[in-house]
Amino acid sequence: MLRHKLHLLGMKDLDFLESLTTQVRRDILRMVHRVNSGHPGGSLGCAELFVVLYFNQMEYSLPFSMDGKNEDLFFLSNGHISPVFYSVLARKGFFPINELNSFRHINSRLQGHPTTHEGLPGIRIASGSLGQGLSVAIGASLSKKLNNDPKTIYVLLGDGELQEGQNWEAIMFAAAKKIDNLIAIVDLNGKQIDGSTDDVLPMGSLKDKFIAFGWQVYEIENGNSIPLLIKKIKLAKSNLGLKKPIMLLMKTEMGNGVDFMMHTHAWHGKAPNDEQLSIALSQNNETLGDY
Amino acid sequence: MKVYSNLGNNDTRSGFGEGLAELGRINPNVVALCADLVGSLKMQKFINENPDRFFQVGIAEANMIGIAAGLTIGGKIPFTGTFANFSTGRVYDQIRQSIAYSNKNVKICASHAGITLGEDGATHQILEDIGLMKMIPGMVVINPCDYNQTKLATISIAKYKGPVYLRFGRPSVPNFTTNDLGFEIGEGILLKPGSDVTIVATGHLVWEALEASIELKNYGVDSEVINIHTIKPLDEKIILKSVRKTGCVVSAEEHNFLGGLGESISGLLATNYPAPMEFVATQDTFGESGTPAELMSKYGLNKDAIIRKVLKLKKRT
Repeated sequence: MLRHKLHLLGMKDLDFLESLTTQVRRDILRMVHRVNSGHPGGSLGCAELFVVLYFNQMEYSLPFSMDGKNEDLFFLSNGHISPVFYSVLARKGFFPINELNSFRHINSRLQGHPTTHEGLPGIRIASGSLGQGLSVAIGASLSKKLNNDPKTIYVLLGDGELQEGQNWEAIMFAAAKKIDNLIAIVDLNGKQIDGSTDDVLPMGSLKDKFIAFGWQVYEIENGNSIPLLIKKIKLAKSNLGLKKPIMLLMKTEMGNGVDFMMHTHAWHGKAPNDEQLSIALSQNNETLGDY
Repeated sequence: MKVYSNLGNNDTRSGFGEGLAELGRINPNVVALCADLVGSLKMQKFINENPDRFFQVGIAEANMIGIAAGLTIGGKIPFTGTFANFSTGRVYDQIRQSIAYSNKNVKICASHAGITLGEDGATHQILEDIGLMKMIPGMVVINPCDYNQTKLATISIAKYKGPVYLRFGRPSVPNFTTNDLGFEIGEGILLKPGSDVTIVATGHLVWEALEASIELKNYGVDSEVINIHTIKPLDEKIILKSVRKTGCVVSAEEHNFLGGLGESISGLLATNYPAPMEFVATQDTFGESGTPAELMSKYGLNKDAIIRKVLKLKKRT
């Protein structure tokens, strides 16, 4: 529906991003199935975001450099959705696509949760223990300001993750210190391991909270829509440099693209069996070639 | 061999403040962060001279550690400052994941370590921080002994690429080391040669060890005194060489005997040169309110305690 409104993005480009997203979903499913562990639900829910950031919106160059000077940088705070991160990095050429085979296996650079420790290109911080990524992203934002580097820092947080107190230290700091080269994105899938976020620990209106803390807040009503993501990220970018940090509240569907993984928290951290994989893959046809 | 004398009392945290100010002048990549303890950490001179390179984070240590990790991306060398208790135990997981496992070039600078923080009591005293930090893979752990050594250590760690825990204290204590001793991470310093016992000391206990060494002559004990300022990586050579000569060792530190310098030395000796050993350290206890001198006496962390442990050890050998 939104396609016709996208003046700057040609149909061909959009088709490519959609095809890539489908392939990323296949990568995620095959990775967690192969090792019979990992977190497919949140990974599938954020596939469109990663594709849009790395293939459409972020400015950076390869080969990877840790310092990323004069490049947009991305940090993943909810590290358990590593499958989508790894898939998109590999598809972009940060490391060989075949390496996705090694996910969660011994002697791999693709650890269960992302780490710099094994030297995997594309990863700038370890994450997994929740609640730390926003602080790190703020530090990187300050570093860019000190270096007169005009590029942008992106960070993705889970919604359940916001129950960690460190986030609120960081949220307070970013507004107080006018960190305005930062775009934080919250994956509002409303689910965490033990159930819905409203059941586990209701957080009230995150929008009201962030506004009260002094952030600019933009809502993405459907974070699984590539055109809408592009539109809202562009909107966020146009509001950088206004002495206020930016928060994108991105509603997604956990398990998006696989019917039986959607509308439940059951697939937060569970791998499909052979039969389930087969069904899931049949709903996401190979587009750019499996690894 | 040089005989060390007190050049005048000063606090080790002022050595940190002076070192940090010096770094501000010579290394444009050095930045500093503090969690509402600028005065206690003596960071004001750095801040005055480099206001754009200082970040006051408020009472939010976890956020400070994360921001420091992020600042390294782009080439900054962050020095974080707060009390040792809030620099370690409070933020263990943040240090572990965002700094150490991520191999970030952050210098965690911790004042008011140990029991000599004094009157504030056990909520603020930490006697477990060396253990906490030395157990983290890749973390360098340094506990300098006086004002001069703390200043040199502060300047030195900026040149080292990787995470460092730098521990120093609150009270004014004898300043006795001189710049010609230098400071190399991981290199112990032989302060006084002796033949009957090796005293290996770190932090505030080094001066106490030198004082004890003088008095031990009255008991007919010729003691060797080694200053280990870097607890990790441990200077194994200097310790083994000394113990091979003296045959026994007393460790001395303002820390729990579990997890401290003494524990590292005992492991070294057990696997290389088993030798009788005694520990001058707290005995698995919290501290309490009191003056630094009262506490050091009550918890067995001073010259007299070292003498007692040396004499006990000599009875065994």
